[in-house]
Amino acid sequence: MLAIEKISLRLGQFELNRVSFEVEKGEYFVLLGMSGSGKSVLLQVIAGLIPAGEGGVFLNGREITGEKVQKRGVGLVFQDAALFPNMNVYENIAYPLKARKRGRREIEKEVHELARLTGVDQLLKRSTVNLSGGEKQRVALARALALKPECLLLDEPLSSLDAQLRHELRSLLRKLNHNGQTIIHVTHDYEEAVLLAQRIGVIEGGTVVQQGTPSEVFQHPRSEFVARFTGIRNFFSGTLLDGAGTSRKFRINDIEFFLLSDEPPGEGFIVVRAEDIILSESMARSSAVNNFRGVVTERIPARMGTEVVVDIGIRMAVVLSDESAGSLGLEEGREIWISFKASALKFIRK
Amino acid sequence: MTGFQPMKLLFLFLGGLVLLFIVAPLAGIYLATSPSEFMETATHREVAGSIWLTLWTSMLATVLFGVAAIPFSWILARRKFPLKRVVSAIIDIPIVIPGSAAGIAILGFVARDSVLGRIGSSMGISFVGNTPGIIVAMAFVSIPFLINAARDGFAAVPEKLEKAALNLGASPARVFLTISIPLAWRAILSGFIMMWARGMSEFGAVVIVAYHPMTTPVLIWERFTSYGLSYARPVTVVFITVCLLFFVILRTVSSKFENAGD
Repeated sequence: MLAIEKISLRLGQFELNRVSFEVEKGEYFVLLGMSGSGKSVLLQVIAGLIPAGEGGVFLNGREITGEKVQKRGVGLVFQDAALFPNMNVYENIAYPLKARKRGRREIEKEVHELARLTGVDQLLKRSTVNLSGGEKQRVALARALALKPECLLLDEPLSSLDAQLRHELRSLLRKLNHNGQTIIHVTHDYEEAVLLAQRIGVIEGGTVVQQGTPSEVFQHPRSEFVARFTGIRNFFSGTLLDGAGTSRKFRINDIEFFLLSDEPPGEGFIVVRAEDIILSESMARSSAVNNFRGVVTERIPARMGTEVVVDIGIRMAVVLSDESAGSLGLEEGREIWISFKASALKFIRK
Repeated sequence: MTGFQPMKLLFLFLGGLVLLFIVAPLAGIYLATSPSEFMETATHREVAGSIWLTLWTSMLATVLFGVAAIPFSWILARRKFPLKRVVSAIIDIPIVIPGSAAGIAILGFVARDSVLGRIGSSMGISFVGNTPGIIVAMAFVSIPFLINAARDGFAAVPEKLEKAALNLGASPARVFLTISIPLAWRAILSGFIMMWARGMSEFGAVVIVAYHPMTTPVLIWERFTSYGLSYARPVTVVFITVCLLFFVILRTVSSKFENAGD
């Protein structure tokens, strides 16, 4: 539906280099990259606020690269919301409707509907100046939605919020997406990507180095950058089982992990940092409750030390120092025990 | 901190001197003018007429030329173009040249045999020795104050807000009227006040383009050269009072605006 084709651009310290990706109608696409990777610039290029140097932007098959900003039909939500300080919340949300010369009645109805959807209906008469970060983002979302955008572009919408507000806003974004809204969301936070994305594009040095579903990208990073940046080679989907207290089990096929969680049971992901896993020749008697026997299937030199992939029914990546790797003699095909603590597992709800 | 005390005292002393330097001459002429003298002068037809003339011509100069200058200020704040520094320097020229020199230049520009003079007279407008000439002279010397203030005001508006408005479907003109101007309004208003005050107080340029009808600065000068200091002083006091009064009122109104905008 929205296609970016070979966009190249130099702008001060930012550089985009033949960036291409496509987003389907109704899809939630997350562009993941470090700050300074050019992802915000890319959003502004799509919105037409920065002219594309080379390449094109296509919306529903029609090229909009040179289209006027105000005619594009893509709504951009800035990182700091960019609310108009000279207008109250109502006027902010009504702004795109007034620009389209809608009738007063229609505007009023629409603003109230959007305010209800985004949960700011109690704030309509408030000045935008002293809203909280979360409220500002919601108002900015409502305002962008008033445009009825074909595609919604979000620039780090959760970065300035605390954990609780992030959770609430994520639910709102998911709801919007479920209602059919196509969304492109840029972030530097892999958790946001895991939690929201149907597909992820990883952007590095101004170019998209990998794209795919979250499991494709996290489990099979195509470059060391992706592996290091996402930092989560061990990323698996499965089910959190019911259990008493915070000591729980997570099942992937017929493998069960122990972990600590107070989340309700259900589908989700687990993440284990490769650095948190210990390898040993025999089952270690330690405080680690997760112990599995597996076979070394790969040994790869990593930027810091050695990465070893051990197949225990699922393939788990382990990072260890070159010295340890040498003394354990980790050639491919060798049987080895892996162990890690319950607290090393992180559960992320779907 | 005690080491800095002598410096603080010195600074206070110097500041006091500067303040005294400004206040003393003004206080002097006020003290030398009796209330009855003041009232008599203020109600004198010639004086009242000239003050009124000065007020409305300077106000009209500010509004007419100011409105045209505001979009230009926005361009100066937002756009990059070749020779921008030269253009900015040109705008400041009226500030750095003497008023009389400005007057001579304007006189050549609006004289009856000039292009502008001929266009004017074909529409029944005569500049030299008339109020249109006064307005042009006042605008010439005072317009940099508005342009510079408005430019700084526009530059202080986050460009992101203008971009956001465009993205929300507003035309550039709509963005200018609903975002840029309201957010730069304080600076624009203070620019208007500065321009108006500067135009009102102009003597050199105005006296060359139009000796008659007499604006108050010209009247003060005429009374001084014809009759001496004691005759010029009451008019001076009345005019300063009117200027200060308007200045205070406008400042108050504009600061109310500012507070309402917060």
